Amino acid sequence: MVKYLLQRLAIMIVMLAALSFIVFVTIELPPGDYADRRALSLRSAGIQFTQEDVVSLRHTLGLDRPWYERYVTWIGNIVLHGNFGVSMTVHLPVTEVLGQRVGLTVMLALATITLTYGLAIPIGIYSAIRQYSVGDYLATMVGYFGMATPSFMLALILLYISVMVFDNSVGGLFSAEYAEAPWSWGKFVDLLRHLWVPALVLGLAGTAFEIRTMRATLLDEKSKLYVTAARAKGLPEWKLMLKYPVRVALNPIASTIGWELTAIIAGAPLVSFVLALPDTGPLFLRALLDQDTYLSGAILLMYATLTILGTFLSDVLLAVLDPRIRYGEKI
Amino acid sequence: MAEVSGALSGSPLPATGAVREAELRYYTASQFQLMWWKFRKHRLALIGMAILGVFVFIAAFAEFLAPYSSTARTVGYLHGRPQTLHFIDAEGQFHLRPFTYALSAAMDPTTFLLETKEDTSTPWPVRFFVKGDEYAFWGLIKFDLHLFGVEEGHLHLLGTDQLGRDILSRLFYATRTSLTIGVVGLFISFFLGLIIGGISGFFGGWVDDAIQRFIEFIRSIPTLPLWMSLAAALPKEWSPEQVYFTITILLGLLGWTHLARRVRGKLLSLREEDFIVAARIGGSTDARIIARHMLPSFLSYIIVDLSISFPYMILAETSLSFIGLGLRAPVISWGVLLQDAQNVAAIALYPWLFTPVAFVIVSVMAFSFVGDGMRDAADPYSR
Repeated sequence: MVKYLLQRLAIMIVMLAALSFIVFVTIELPPGDYADRRALSLRSAGIQFTQEDVVSLRHTLGLDRPWYERYVTWIGNIVLHGNFGVSMTVHLPVTEVLGQRVGLTVMLALATITLTYGLAIPIGIYSAIRQYSVGDYLATMVGYFGMATPSFMLALILLYISVMVFDNSVGGLFSAEYAEAPWSWGKFVDLLRHLWVPALVLGLAGTAFEIRTMRATLLDEKSKLYVTAARAKGLPEWKLMLKYPVRVALNPIASTIGWELTAIIAGAPLVSFVLALPDTGPLFLRALLDQDTYLSGAILLMYATLTILGTFLSDVLLAVLDPRIRYGEKI
Repeated sequence: MAEVSGALSGSPLPATGAVREAELRYYTASQFQLMWWKFRKHRLALIGMAILGVFVFIAAFAEFLAPYSSTARTVGYLHGRPQTLHFIDAEGQFHLRPFTYALSAAMDPTTFLLETKEDTSTPWPVRFFVKGDEYAFWGLIKFDLHLFGVEEGHLHLLGTDQLGRDILSRLFYATRTSLTIGVVGLFISFFLGLIIGGISGFFGGWVDDAIQRFIEFIRSIPTLPLWMSLAAALPKEWSPEQVYFTITILLGLLGWTHLARRVRGKLLSLREEDFIVAARIGGSTDARIIARHMLPSFLSYIIVDLSISFPYMILAETSLSFIGLGLRAPVISWGVLLQDAQNVAAIALYPWLFTPVAFVIVSVMAFSFVGDGMRDAADPYSR
C-alpha cells in the first residue's frame, strides 16, 4: 500500500510540474508582454510613458531574460512565496483578487461531487433492481437529456424557467442580507441553500453517466451465482443486495471520480458565469477576455491542480476498495 | 448475395421453409449488411439518423431554405417577437394558404417596451418559391429564389434579433458553420488518433509507455478551461477567418486521446491473432496486413468513437463562442447566436433569442442515439 501511494504521489508531482509549464505557456502566448500592455494602458489614460520607460520597466520586471529563467522565477514565486504575480486590469496581487472565491469554487466542486454520487448510487440501484419499471424509464430519459445538454445551457434553461415561471432568478450564491456579511453559521446555511442549484446543473451529466454505469454493472452482478447462493441461504433481499453485488458495482463508479471531477471543473466556469456566482468562474472568463494573463494563468493552474489532486484521491480510494490494485495487479 | 442463395436453394439441403431462408440470409450477408440490420433494430438510433439527415439538409441548402439572408435587416422590427402563421382569418374563414398579419408597434406607456399588435385587416400571405435576397448558391450560381417567404411585409417565424435580422435564417446558416466545424475537427482528431495510437501500438516498449503517460496527463487536466486560455491568446487583430481556422484545429486537438487508445488497444490485440499470423506467413507485406486485414476489423470501432466524440466538438465550439472566445461575427454559429441570450434580462424580455439552444440539444441527442446504435452494430457477429 505504501509503495503504491508513493508511486501515485510521484506521478502527481511530475504531472503538476508538467502542468505548470503548460500554464506558463498560455501566460506567455499573447503577443507583447506585460510591459507593452502596461505602457498601452498608461498611454490610453493620457500618462506620458516613453519607450525608455518601457525598456526599464521590462528590465525591472525581468521580462528581458530568457524564457526558462522567467519560468523558474514565476514558479519559484508561487511555490516559495505564494506569489502569483499581479493582475493587469486591477493592479492588485492575484492572490488578493482571488480571495475567498477559490474557496467557493472548491465548495461548489465538492457539493457537485457529493450530489452526483448521492443521487447516482441510489437511483442506479433502484433502476437495476426494478428494471423496466416506470422509474427506470424515467431515469433513462432524464439521463439522455442530461448527457446531451451542456451544463451552461442547462443553467440558461433553468434561468429562463425561473424568470418566466417563478418570476425569480436562481442566480447567485447568497441572499442579499448575507452577500457582504462576514462568515457565520447563518451565512454558511444560506450558501448551502443556494449551492444545490448550480451543483445540480453542473452534476447532471455526470449523474446520468454514473446512473447508467451503476445500473449496467449491477444488472450483470445480480444474476451471478454467488447472489443465488446467498439468497438460497435465506439472506433478506435488501441486505443481500447491499452486501454483495452493490459493493462490486461500486468499483467502476469509484474509479471514475477523477474524470468526474475533471469534467465538473471544466464546466464550472461557464455555469458560474451564466448563474452569476461570486466564485472564480466569471473572474476567469473576464481575465481571459481582457488577456489578464497572470490572473487567468493562476486560475487555470488552480483548476488543474484541483483535478490532479482529485485524480490522486480517487486512486487512493480505489486502492482502499480493491486490494488487487493495492498489490499492483492488472485487472 | 442473390447469386449465392440462388445457388444454394438448388442444393439438396433439407430446407424447412422460412426459418431456413432467414438463417441462410444471415450467414451469407456481408459484414456491412449485418451491421445495418443490427443498427435498424435500435429505434432511437434510426430516429437520430433521420434528425441528423434533416440537419445536414439544412446545412447544405441553407441559402435556399432560409427566407432571408443572414445579414438582411427588417429595420422596423427590431427584437421582434415570432410571427404566427394563421389559417383562419378574423372572419373565421379557412384559407389553405397560410398567412401572417401586418404588425403595428406601440410603446407601452408604463414599461416603455414596444408592444406589437396584429393588424387583422392586412394579411400577408406566405408563398412558396418567392424572390427575395440575392445569394450565390454554394458560392457559384447567383440566385434569388427562397423556399418560402412573403411578397409584401415580412415573415419572421422565430422573431428577430436586436438588429432586426431573421433568427430562423441565421439559425440555418449557423447550422452549416457548427456542423462543418465539427466535421473538420473530427477529421483532425481522427488522423491524430490514428497516427499516435498507431505508433504507440506498433512500436510498443518505451515509446508506448511515454505516449500512454502523455494521454493520461491530457485526460486529467480540465480541457475546456485550457482551450479557453489558448483561444484567448489568439491575437485580437486576426480576421474572423483566421480565428475560425485556428478554433477548428483547437477542437481537433480535443478528441484524439480516446481514439488513440482504441487504435493502440486494437493493434496490440490483433497482432497476435491467427489470421494476421497466417497473412504474415503467407508473405503479405506490413502495409498490406495493416490496410487489408487489420484496418477492416477495427474500422467500425473507430467510426463509433468518432460518432461519440462529435457532440463534444459541437459543445466545445458552442461554449467557446458563447463566452466570446471562439468564433466571431460575421461568422455565425450556434454559439455566436447564443451570445445574445447570455443574461437574464435578454431571456426575460426576448425569450425567442433562446431558440438556438433547442438546435444544439436536439443535434447532440440525435448524435448520442446514433452513437449508441452504432456501438451495438459495431460487433455484428454477436447475436
